[in-house]
Amino acid sequence: MGNLLEINNVVKTYGDFTALNNVSIHIPKGSVFGLLGPNGAGKTSLIRIINQITMADSGSIILDGEELNPKHIEDIGYMPEERGLYKSMKVGEQAMYLAQLKGLSKKEAKDRLHYWFEKFDILAWWNKKIEELSKGMAQKVQFIVTVMHQPKLLIFDEPFSGFDPINAQLIAKEILQLRDEGATIIFSTHRMESVEEMCDDIALIDKSNKILEGNLEDIKRQFRTHTFQIGLETAKAKEVEAKLKERFDVSPADFKLLNEGLKLNVKLKNGSSANELLSFLTSQGQVQHFVELVPDANDIFIQAVNKNS
Amino acid sequence: MSKLKLIIKREFTAKVRNKSFIVMTFLSPLLMVGIGFLVFFLSKKNNEKVKNIVYVDHSGFFSKEDFKDRKTVKYEDYSSLTIDEAKKKVQDDGFYGMIYIPKQDSLELIASSVEFYSASSPGVGTIESIEKKIENRLRKKKLGTLGIDLQDLKSSEFNASIKLNNFSGEKSSKMSSWIKIGAGAISGYFLMMFVIIYGTSVMRSVIEEKTSRIIEVIVSSVKPFQLMLGKIIGNASAGLLQFFIWGIIIFILSTVASSVFGVDLVEAQTSKLGPEQLEALKQSASGSEQLFRELQKLPLGLMFVLFIFYFLGGYFLYSSVFAAVGAAVDNETDTQQFMLPIMLPLILGVYIGFATVINAPHGPISTIFSIIPLTSPIVMLMRVPFGVPWYEIAISMALLLISFVFMVWFAAKIYRVGILMYGKKPTYKDLYKWLKYKG
Repeated sequence: MGNLLEINNVVKTYGDFTALNNVSIHIPKGSVFGLLGPNGAGKTSLIRIINQITMADSGSIILDGEELNPKHIEDIGYMPEERGLYKSMKVGEQAMYLAQLKGLSKKEAKDRLHYWFEKFDILAWWNKKIEELSKGMAQKVQFIVTVMHQPKLLIFDEPFSGFDPINAQLIAKEILQLRDEGATIIFSTHRMESVEEMCDDIALIDKSNKILEGNLEDIKRQFRTHTFQIGLETAKAKEVEAKLKERFDVSPADFKLLNEGLKLNVKLKNGSSANELLSFLTSQGQVQHFVELVPDANDIFIQAVNKNS
Repeated sequence: MSKLKLIIKREFTAKVRNKSFIVMTFLSPLLMVGIGFLVFFLSKKNNEKVKNIVYVDHSGFFSKEDFKDRKTVKYEDYSSLTIDEAKKKVQDDGFYGMIYIPKQDSLELIASSVEFYSASSPGVGTIESIEKKIENRLRKKKLGTLGIDLQDLKSSEFNASIKLNNFSGEKSSKMSSWIKIGAGAISGYFLMMFVIIYGTSVMRSVIEEKTSRIIEVIVSSVKPFQLMLGKIIGNASAGLLQFFIWGIIIFILSTVASSVFGVDLVEAQTSKLGPEQLEALKQSASGSEQLFRELQKLPLGLMFVLFIFYFLGGYFLYSSVFAAVGAAVDNETDTQQFMLPIMLPLILGVYIGFATVINAPHGPISTIFSIIPLTSPIVMLMRVPFGVPWYEIAISMALLLISFVFMVWFAAKIYRVGILMYGKKPTYKDLYKWLKYKG
């Protein structure tokens, strides 16, 4: 499958400050793409450039095979981190207005909005003003106005902030369904557990530079340390530990184990394999616990950012 | 529907549905007319109380003929009493006041020795009317002693009225100058008020979008420039609608008011008038006819067209700056520092207009300020009724258009950056930096 969005060598400066330094990111069609990075890394600048709110100083952006142009506004749905709607405007009117700004006809807008309002069971709010709704309710409306024009590309900046766990779950489900229906989703967040849950691919931006990009599983493999957490029931714990230290890097570990025994983190050295470790352990006692420590998105994020600084 | 139209429509409806707009639109003409009538009614009531005044004439020149009873003033002759007796009686019987005319050797001395006694200070109007009565009688006496017939004297009085001509043969009069000043001043002042009221409203609407954070959603659908333009046009349309409604309401109210009170008022006055006063009234009637004629002589068509042009030009010029200011700040209190430079040229325009156009509509100062774009909408409007050469109008209009385009471009640059900036209150230096940002 090709890329829906190709960002090539994008540079953006504000006066003396470089917000994006030669950033290239490729976003595969039909994926949920995590755009990660610490605060002030340049994520919002990049998102604004994709939305054509601002323009890149140099570099190119290709959306679905075409150079980004004003026509593409209708192909993109954007939910900014700072949510906002006209407070004193009625929900329905407001949604109709925003839908028409995205190029829908009046009738299309009405039909689509009814579909979503019914789906979220909020049709009763149609004539309420935004200022009368709770924050979570307003968020739902905001989500609807982001997706109603069925854009090819959806950009969510911290989509779960402000939602309670139940509604966050609902929104997550909707986002994944939109992906399954063919939309490509850029997902910008600090919440790494939702990255694990949602993202197929990620890119990490830090200090205006892209420092990491690719399939989440691939990246996890790259960041793999070949460390195993083991639990062994044995009478000669000291002896086993000493023997392990000869062949592997060993450090103490702390986890819950049913029967007390030796608990260690064992890192394989070059040339050694997991099977070697396992067969050694089985020869020494009863193996209670044997798990590879795979880095999660959070570890990767922290490691990559620390390495960059 | 194009996006610009959608934005204009939204801005217009948002403005028009606003409670304060509705209240302002329907209440302020009622208030204006209402207060007018209240003042009129109160002052009428104030004068309605009958004043009983006594006159003590020891000169023997005056009679009831001079002190005729009027609706609100009644005179009584106490000339047979001495001044002290009269004073006491006046006080005891609760009269309003007492005129004392002493016996003197000459008419001149009488003129300067009449006295008025009262418990509290009388109104200026009362004293003036008494002075008039005394002067009239003394004049008649004097003319009699000089042997001049009153009719002869009347026929020797002339009322010079200089007709003003320009070299292309148009005629006007002093009255028309006043009309021109009035017409110019009203339109200039009106324009300033409109620019300030609606410019501020554009600014508020920008700040609202910024604080409610919807701005980012909107500018991901439309260009900031479109949004700004839509806002300005939408607000202007709401303003024009408001003026239109005001016009209708004021017209209806004044028609109703004059048909209810007006007729009644004229009757009340004319029925009491003597032949002399009727004559005066006729003259004033021909005066209002003349006023009407003069009004028709004004270049009304040109004035209307130019009013619309300068109105829109001035409004667009200033409201785009208002929009930029709104975009630059996070809340209304931060706008103060940027407001002065906006208001200054507007206020300057009105002052220059009032100070120079009245005396010398074509003097160098009024000419220059009617060409400089920031003040031209106001000052030129004030000059137009006096007849401005077409090339001056052309230069002024062209400059206004150019600077309007430049100002919108300039404001759009600040607007575009400002709407996405939060936190720090920007300085002029920041604004300058924003101007240089690309794309």
